[in-house]
Amino acid sequence: MDPITLLTVVVLAVFVGFEVVSKVSSTLHTPLMSGANAIHGIILIGAIIVAGQTTETGLLVVALIAVVLATANLVGGFVVTDRMLGMFRGRKPATDAGEGTK
Amino acid sequence: MSLLAPEWTAILYLIAAVCFILALKGLNSPRTARRGNLIGAAGALLAVVTVFLSSRLENIPLILVAIAVGSAIAAPIARRVQMTQMPQLVALFNGVGGGAAALVAVLELGHSLDAWVRVAVVFTMLIGAVSFSGSAVTVAKLQELITTRPVIFPGMRWVMTAVLLASIVAGGFVVATGSAGWAIALLLLGLAAGLLLVLPVGGADVPIVISLLNAFTGLAVAASGIVLGNLLLVVAGTLVGASGTILTRAMASAMGRGVSGIMFGAFRGGSTAGSTAQSDRPVRSSGPEDVAVLLAYAQRVVIVPGYGLAVAQGQHTIAELATTLAARGVEVDFAIHPVAGRMPGHMNVLLAEANVPYESLKEMAEVNPEFKHADVALVVGANDVVNPAAKSSPGSPIYGMPILEVGQARQVIFLKRSMRPGFAGIENELLYDPKTSLLFGDAKDSLTKVLGAVNAL
Repeated sequence: MDPITLLTVVVLAVFVGFEVVSKVSSTLHTPLMSGANAIHGIILIGAIIVAGQTTETGLLVVALIAVVLATANLVGGFVVTDRMLGMFRGRKPATDAGEGTK
Repeated sequence: MSLLAPEWTAILYLIAAVCFILALKGLNSPRTARRGNLIGAAGALLAVVTVFLSSRLENIPLILVAIAVGSAIAAPIARRVQMTQMPQLVALFNGVGGGAAALVAVLELGHSLDAWVRVAVVFTMLIGAVSFSGSAVTVAKLQELITTRPVIFPGMRWVMTAVLLASIVAGGFVVATGSAGWAIALLLLGLAAGLLLVLPVGGADVPIVISLLNAFTGLAVAASGIVLGNLLLVVAGTLVGASGTILTRAMASAMGRGVSGIMFGAFRGGSTAGSTAQSDRPVRSSGPEDVAVLLAYAQRVVIVPGYGLAVAQGQHTIAELATTLAARGVEVDFAIHPVAGRMPGHMNVLLAEANVPYESLKEMAEVNPEFKHADVALVVGANDVVNPAAKSSPGSPIYGMPILEVGQARQVIFLKRSMRPGFAGIENELLYDPKTSLLFGDAKDSLTKVLGAVNAL
């Protein structure tokens, strides 16, 4: 891939990453970290590509281990985040309005 | 045999990337958080389906089996784990993600790559390995498999320097030659660096390290995207790396710490070390019955739950105590410090799990002015977050950290395991205040006794 295109994408993604979390209240730090953690589980598609291109047995085993680990990250990450957030039900909308002021 | 044209693949990956951005955005507010997380999961599913449809893949049955195995291991653990152990679990998932990124990079090294792409390979392997072993240490510390105190040995700083220099050398050889031997050496060095980086961190700072390693894994994933020429990995990894960095700084500042102080404080023999020294100044120790009387005949009680409560699994007992007191006509509130528990926001999750109504959980800014109207402030397993030294003594390591001003209540009761200082390792003057009484013991045991005594009144 063209290095300049990549650089453009990376720089823009950095700013989006900064921007989307800049005002989050401390109450949600833990779920946000957990959610971000789940998102980098998308390395799974990298692991799938690598495993799908390997023909040698030893390398295939390593690649499949990577698939297992990445799946654990992706699936486990989203499930645990959902469980955490499920406990925030019944929260009054009035309360989050106040949180932004901290 | 790829079913999708490259243009469609790119568009589907773009949609997945947008889903991830919306997921992070949604996690900003309690109302949209759960939906945001589901959008993220949908994006991930879309991306995984896309990769199967767009690439010419061998071994598809085996890959599907591996995915099934990974899901079968992770999903039940994620569903069943105790909420107090949730930080460990997040760390664990983060570590395996880093490990997966490192393995992907190693395997790609076999293909003929440009030198500048090999730089990305080296970066992915090193950071992925650091994240893997570093996360393993944080899990061990949080699970108390190893000591939560900083682990430091003489000359550690030099060992760390040597490991880093060796990593640069090994990385240079990998870039120049693409040799598998050097790559394995680099992985081992990365693992060692992760251990050396996290071992010196004290228990209270571990959550911040988890957040930092989370950002690391994001960067490793982004670099692996460069290696594989996959823009979705680049975007998703960079998003996590960037947002994780901001989040780490926000968490550290909520605790009144700097990130570099946490990571390197112990190397400098500095602030995270914490002392175990006990003072022999007199304190007023009281029994569960005394505490019960103070609570039951108060008009307003503010409960300050802390890390000790979470460790003792006392959240259900304290919820019951609050209900019992409320039934006697006492007005009960919970004051939640931003960093109460193991991680910012952790205490809200724990108390929500114990069915404490959300309306009685008050955030620091809301509750601080109310302490002066409270008859009793009941501090359960918290110390540093109520330590007035954060306001009064500029030399203190926690100086500047916002605290809950329990000292303004008419009476203060501490439920503590011992007189040992909190994780920050500093004395709490409030413990020696004449209006303070202490009940020693495990938080859950003490609460059970107090609850029994209240019921007996």
